[in-house]
Amino acid sequence: MEVRVQNVRKEFDRFPALHDVSLDIRSGELIALLGPSGSGKTTLLRLIAGLEMPTQGKIFFGDTDASEKTVQERNIGFVFQHYALFRHMTILENISFGLKVRPRSSRPPAGEIRRRALELLDLVQLSGLEKRYPSQLSGGQRQRVALARALAIEPAVLLLDEPFGALDAQVRRELRKWLREIHDRTGHTTVFVTHDQEEALELSDRLCVMSQGKIEQVGTPDTVYDHPTSPFVFGFIGESSTLPVTVENGELWVGGRAIGIPAGDASPGEARLFFRPHDVDLIEADASLAGVVSTARRVGGTRRVELEIGGAGHLVEVDLPFDHPAGEKTRLAFRPRRWKLFPAG
Amino acid sequence: MATKLRARRLRRTSPTSESRLVQFLLIAIALAFMGVILLLPLYAVFHEAFIKGVGAFFAALGEKDAQAAIRLTLLVAAIAVPLNVAFGLAASWAIAKFEFKGKAFLITLIDLPFSVSPVISGLVYVLLFGAGSFLGPWLKSYGIEVLFALPGIVLATIFVTFPFVARELIPLMQDQGTGDEEAALSLGANGWQTFFRVTLPNIKWGLLYGVLLCNARAMGEFGAVAVVSGKIRGQTTTMPLQVEMLYNEYNASAAFALASLLALLALVTLVLKTALEWRFGNEIAAGH
Repeated sequence: MEVRVQNVRKEFDRFPALHDVSLDIRSGELIALLGPSGSGKTTLLRLIAGLEMPTQGKIFFGDTDASEKTVQERNIGFVFQHYALFRHMTILENISFGLKVRPRSSRPPAGEIRRRALELLDLVQLSGLEKRYPSQLSGGQRQRVALARALAIEPAVLLLDEPFGALDAQVRRELRKWLREIHDRTGHTTVFVTHDQEEALELSDRLCVMSQGKIEQVGTPDTVYDHPTSPFVFGFIGESSTLPVTVENGELWVGGRAIGIPAGDASPGEARLFFRPHDVDLIEADASLAGVVSTARRVGGTRRVELEIGGAGHLVEVDLPFDHPAGEKTRLAFRPRRWKLFPAG
Repeated sequence: MATKLRARRLRRTSPTSESRLVQFLLIAIALAFMGVILLLPLYAVFHEAFIKGVGAFFAALGEKDAQAAIRLTLLVAAIAVPLNVAFGLAASWAIAKFEFKGKAFLITLIDLPFSVSPVISGLVYVLLFGAGSFLGPWLKSYGIEVLFALPGIVLATIFVTFPFVARELIPLMQDQGTGDEEAALSLGANGWQTFFRVTLPNIKWGLLYGVLLCNARAMGEFGAVAVVSGKIRGQTTTMPLQVEMLYNEYNASAAFALASLLALLALVTLVLKTALEWRFGNEIAAGH
């Protein structure tokens, strides 16, 4: 089921949480809403779910306007960060809850409900735990039960709110892979919220980067990583270094020195240069970015060097192989292999 | 000298534990205090109740006015407690699950009956429904007596026992948040299904605890009820009022026979409360 969010605005007590947001979610895709806290990603998810109502704008499920529908009528599966399992029910009762509360006319017979719940328990690899209570499970297991419970009602859309946020790093990685498998098998349109870019890059078909109640960029993980369209996205996704530069004579200048990077079609004046610390070449040419090493730390397989560029004391980071001889030098010159120029300010 | 001191200190098991003498003194003081203030009176009640023998005890309880007082007390509790449960649930639901203006004020308001003297609460109803008021004569013209009748007693009791259930549930429900309810709704449950299948089971022990305290207070309330009841013997006297009247008539053994029933209620409540705390301590503790 495709979901269309159309010019949605949401205010809480007059304080805007979302400004005029539009997003098309394709049928069957796994899309991540990624952003720092306060970016409005959870609000957007809850609006799609019907747990919040938009101040303005509409949300379509397929061709039907869902904005006026209640959360029950939307038939969504929602997975909460803190699981929200019913603590007084067994795992099996939790999973079958959504089917049991249906009106008699659409409720499957008890045997069928049980069969389906057990099937889902098998899907989330927890067979044999049906008689346990949520408090007897680990965090990772609880979140699997929560997913099975959401899947039991055969939702039109599956919505996950920081599903792995409360789990430790190891379990999180495991569940990530596992969620991708489940998605590929069941084919539900899935929207998940995360502040973990690694999770979003690894898991999603497309990601939607949000900041301060607005959508910054929507695209495949590769597009967003390789071609960020705003300074925010460049800074938020992946590692980045930035430096104020001057555009003049079709070239970039730092502190009165040309750095050997063509300006392309950038208009003359102040600008900001962005590049990835690992995406640089060390060179000996005059036209380069040269600076004094202020700190050098080894991070796993690389050496992260902080350079002070020019007289103004701008700090940028570059990554070198940990055994690179340049790591010992006090002065380094480099040129980014790929870069992006954004207007200053 | 220094080593001696250190050795003495080491004998204590933890930095916060006191010496045996201090421990003994503290425990002794606490026990003596409890004995004089709590246990002795309790013993006196039962002793006085049975001083003329078991026959006299049951005769006193079987007396017509005593029977009427017991019936009235049970009736008042049977009306006031469910109403306060309904109110307490509604108020704590609203306070814990929604954001609205004047929430802090509502919480303060719920506590009001605790801070107002029961006699004042009674007087308020006299002012509201008395002969000189607006409401009293108007209701009377429809044949509804509030003061010096059952409705007045029920109203006063509700007022005094109003906070018990709500006070117990508000922190508990605030602590549990709205996650479970949202999950139930997202799974297609309607409001009532969510309430009965998710919310109520989550708060049942806290609720039971609140009901227990509410009931104990409802049956034992004296001040507010004394003001509004008019103390018509056999009609508007509840058990505590009957006890006082009998005592004032120098009928001590009958007074204490009835009082022992109230004391028994208190003991049963205490036992149930302890059992609840012992069994479901964590869930109830979340409410404090």
